[in-house]
Amino acid sequence: MNNTARVLMLSLLSVAVLAGCKRTVREEAPTGTTPSTAPTTTGTTTTGAFGPGDLDSDACLRQRVVYFDLDQDALKPEFQAIVGCHSKYLRDRPSARINLEGNADERGSRDYNMGLGERRGLSVSSAMQAQGGSGSQLEVISYGEERPACTDSNESCWARNRRVEIVYTAQ
Amino acid sequence: MKRLPHWFALFVFLLLPGLASAQQALEIDIIGGNASALPITIVPMPYQGTAAAPPTDVAAIIRADLERSGAFRALPEASILERPVRGSEVQYPTWRALRQDYLVVGRVIDAPGGGFRVEYELFDVARQERLLGLALTARSNAMRDVGHQMADAIYEKIMGVPGAFWTRIAYITQTGLGSDARYALMVADSDGFNPQTVVRSAEPLLSPSWSPDGRRLAYVSFERGNSSIYVQDIATGARELLTSFRGINGAPAFSPDGRRLALTLSRSGNPEIYVMDLGSKQLTQITNHFAIDTEPTWSADGSSLYFTSDRGGAPQIYRVPASGGSPTRVSFQGNYNASATVSWDGKKVAVAQGSGNNYRIALMDTSLGSARWTTLSPGSLDESPSFAPNASMVLYAAREGRRGVLYAVSADGRVRQRLVLADGDVREPAWSPYRTPR
Repeated sequence: MNNTARVLMLSLLSVAVLAGCKRTVREEAPTGTTPSTAPTTTGTTTTGAFGPGDLDSDACLRQRVVYFDLDQDALKPEFQAIVGCHSKYLRDRPSARINLEGNADERGSRDYNMGLGERRGLSVSSAMQAQGGSGSQLEVISYGEERPACTDSNESCWARNRRVEIVYTAQ
Repeated sequence: MKRLPHWFALFVFLLLPGLASAQQALEIDIIGGNASALPITIVPMPYQGTAAAPPTDVAAIIRADLERSGAFRALPEASILERPVRGSEVQYPTWRALRQDYLVVGRVIDAPGGGFRVEYELFDVARQERLLGLALTARSNAMRDVGHQMADAIYEKIMGVPGAFWTRIAYITQTGLGSDARYALMVADSDGFNPQTVVRSAEPLLSPSWSPDGRRLAYVSFERGNSSIYVQDIATGARELLTSFRGINGAPAFSPDGRRLALTLSRSGNPEIYVMDLGSKQLTQITNHFAIDTEPTWSADGSSLYFTSDRGGAPQIYRVPASGGSPTRVSFQGNYNASATVSWDGKKVAVAQGSGNNYRIALMDTSLGSARWTTLSPGSLDESPSFAPNASMVLYAAREGRRGVLYAVSADGRVRQRLVLADGDVREPAWSPYRTPR
């Protein structure tokens, strides 16, 4: 084959490959929970995108709290699924908006705990953005230790307070 | 005059016009004692006027103040069998037999033009020498202030250090839980009397900071949904929103000259220390590090800021020039040190120190050169230390059962006094500056 033909072939191949890349790849969000089979009031679209009704009925989307270890803001593996389905909801619903409310347990300085709560909120925000949610859909607010879920001074209550709450301000 | 119960003082305050609600009063219990405290007798001071007696027992106020400082042990009123009101009536052998070092006598008479005049004297029992002879005049509703000013004068004469009894404290209260929670920023006398509400909110309030003239408080409020910093005039209630950036707006601290406010903002992505010029509202960023940098507090000369940073892994105290520069670490004992409060001479820093699950107040003293650490409180959830302006005592927040309470501990750790809110949680105390510049 002469050079011109080779170049032509390569060009055609490149165009074909590039055309293929332009096609949007829709991934299924990884789910560790059983998929919802209950019919929703709005109905799912044929491509499997979330709708507002899923917020109340989808088992994953109904989970709105991510918990953290002491003095940590690293996202634990068992919460990847929750991050995943909410990220998908954000991708499917460009009008959706989430406040990520970061919290800390009561021990130590209140102002430092404000920073810890924010770090945890940012950690969840980063994870959601890595899975396709847009930064403009996410707002991080830290409450530090000011909004405890429980007020006992013991380890099990402290663990319940080290959390980020996913709060939808727009669906 | 017999000692008046606390509720009577509250009743009187409720009747007086112009004072805000006093239903959330602080009770005071004294825990612990100091065997080397100076024995002093404050003889009851009778009213010798012709009008209605004052509502306040100034001798009782002085007694309570001096004992609370940890430096004095006052003879109980029941043991005071002789009642001189002036120097010429003092029989020194009586007081030597009772092993007293100091004696205070006085009386209350009518002041021309209304109000009362208190005349009092302080004596050194061993030397049989008069140390002070003073008179104070005040209206009926300011007699507690008179008692505190007398205690300050007595304290200063004996200890050589200004007293801090005629001062105030600010603190946050919370009643109710969850969506029923109600918060208030309160100001009271430093013995807990005369509480006044400065702000009430259904959303959290934090971090009160006094202006050096004692007229304003900066604080953090969540009423706008996210944290915001306000400055409010205590007397008029007028307030100004200073910052409401995205992220954290926290930990405001007035500079000693009142012209600047140090604060924490995370609008750049992580919490950093800033200084705001209160005239121009211009912000200068002081720290620049991906760590959490927060809780700025000024040195007494206004030239540096101490702050909390976890740039080394866990929270520790650092110091940086107030105009910016390289921070240097200051705390080298303990795994967790935060919430620094610095004495007027810069020699003492009290912190909330964490060790495992035990958080207590610790004091780092550099008076003798290298840092010596002492523990001031037992823990286990102690936080928010605040020095009195003379650094003789530290106010802090503790948890007892399900309840937040305040304690005042002497700087040598020997005497602790609990202040308990009758209803709900008390926290985030801030001790005011002196009422008049020292």
